[in-house]
Amino acid sequence: MTTTPAKDTAHAAAALALGDDALVLSHRLGEWAGHAPVLEEEVALANIALDLLGQARVLLSMVGDEDELAYLREERAFRNLQLVEQPNGDFAHTIARQLFFSAHQYLLYGELAAGNGPFAPLAGKAVKETAYHRDHAEQWTLRLGDGTDESHARMQRAVDALWRHTGEMFQPVEGLDVDWIGLETVWLEWVSEVLRRATLTVPEGPRTGAWTAGAGRQGLHTEPFGRMLAEMQHLHRSHPGATW
Amino acid sequence: MATAAARDTAGSQAYDAPAGAGDTAGYERAFDAAVAADERIEPRDWMPDAYRATLVRQIAQHAHSEIIGMQPEANWITRAPSLRRKAILMAKVQDEAGHGLYLYSAAETLGTSRDELLDKLHSGRQKYSSIFNYPTLTWADVGAIGWLVDGAAITNQVPLCRCSYGPYARAMVRICKEESFHQRQGYELLLALSKGTPEQHAMAQDAVDRWWWPSLMMFGPPDDESQHSAQSMAWKIKRHSNDELRQRFVDICVPQAESLGLTLPDPDLKWNEERGQHDFGAIDWSEFWDVLKGNGPCNEQRLTRRRQAHEEGAWVREAAAAHAAKHTNSETGAARA
Repeated sequence: MTTTPAKDTAHAAAALALGDDALVLSHRLGEWAGHAPVLEEEVALANIALDLLGQARVLLSMVGDEDELAYLREERAFRNLQLVEQPNGDFAHTIARQLFFSAHQYLLYGELAAGNGPFAPLAGKAVKETAYHRDHAEQWTLRLGDGTDESHARMQRAVDALWRHTGEMFQPVEGLDVDWIGLETVWLEWVSEVLRRATLTVPEGPRTGAWTAGAGRQGLHTEPFGRMLAEMQHLHRSHPGATW
Repeated sequence: MATAAARDTAGSQAYDAPAGAGDTAGYERAFDAAVAADERIEPRDWMPDAYRATLVRQIAQHAHSEIIGMQPEANWITRAPSLRRKAILMAKVQDEAGHGLYLYSAAETLGTSRDELLDKLHSGRQKYSSIFNYPTLTWADVGAIGWLVDGAAITNQVPLCRCSYGPYARAMVRICKEESFHQRQGYELLLALSKGTPEQHAMAQDAVDRWWWPSLMMFGPPDDESQHSAQSMAWKIKRHSNDELRQRFVDICVPQAESLGLTLPDPDLKWNEERGQHDFGAIDWSEFWDVLKGNGPCNEQRLTRRRQAHEEGAWVREAAAAHAAKHTNSETGAARA
């Protein structure tokens, strides 16, 4: 793979991590197209997917050719969080994933936007989009948690299942000058408050440690991710050198 | 209806208070006069029951086509071969959901609900465009759908911007703007393939070969066999006949196919100097009727997928309704306290 050598490897690594998060979550959300639970959500989920794809393209282009990076890397070279690659599951799982990730991304971009590093311009624009994503996830968490018995049970299951993937979001990323501990504290307070208002229980399971997920940034992913990449990359790889 | 005369005759009370037999004739005259004068009929205006029923049937069918039409294209979102193409395709499929929303809303102004219409779609009592019963087998099909299917849809829909029913006409103005983007992206996608590797060119040609004839069928049966055409033309819901629109579409596509470097799969297609239009081969109407009856390659798949999405989403919609009800109640309770 020939990519433009990054001037600053730490910044390139950070751009790759953030870009892969956005790319992979956008892909997962795109899988909903055509069978969302209600027509308004077809529009909303596609909108969020498009925002994330736009962010991914800017971030990956800081590192090299966006298509080479998206389509020609092997699974072990991706640097996204394991949270974003988790399959959509039911709508509750998709919403829990959105709640956890967009709350994190909102805080992270907010901090990057306030600084004067290379990500400030992107983060300044993206944080506005992310505020909407976070609001969308919050509203649905409240509806599902405090809706019917069935929706409450599904939402609690989703929150419990994805909880162990949340610690990874606060592991320091080289090249990002961020107060990770402060970020995690604010995230945990905000998420706990939303869950409480949604009549849900904040999970007691671990978020860090041996049996939690947490090596996506090092290129260790979960089984479903390989299949996702196989689908995403197959056409591009079937026509080496072609332009589209 | 816009004129003061029509308002005086029909009156805004028409919607609220059913007219006696004597008044109906007056309303009908006002309605006919408004249609004749190319004025818009608005939701609260009096309208013949058959006009209302025709519009509901047509708008619902159009709305259903938008949401079923998301499936064959969404089939390629996860495999789009570049990030730029992926963004374009996602935006296009999202537009279709948006079109579905405007159209169901336009139908609601006629006194029907989205749930009722979806129910009719799911139970097979209302149709969607048969074109979506064909499969998208390769990436080039995304281009062929944009160029040919959206191109045919625009040819059909641009005159609907002048349809006599206001909410439908206004929805169509916005939809047509977006459809013209869709058509251009399809053309541009095919052009990239046509000028690409020999494999990409062959993929594009194969897609055009498969989509050409079904696209011509999108204009509906020939004029002398079209069940609803004459009345719809009289009411100015429809402005041009099926055959006129089909001819217009063929004449637009021929030079575009040449620019694309692709051929259209019709040996009888040639310019007719005398008519100033293209002659084209006979359409296999038995295929059209067969697909319409439910025997197309994807009829079962599309409807099953739609029903399944609806059923699987039921608990989500119920939760939203339950949440809204609880909160309306608690707010009312708080206000009382």
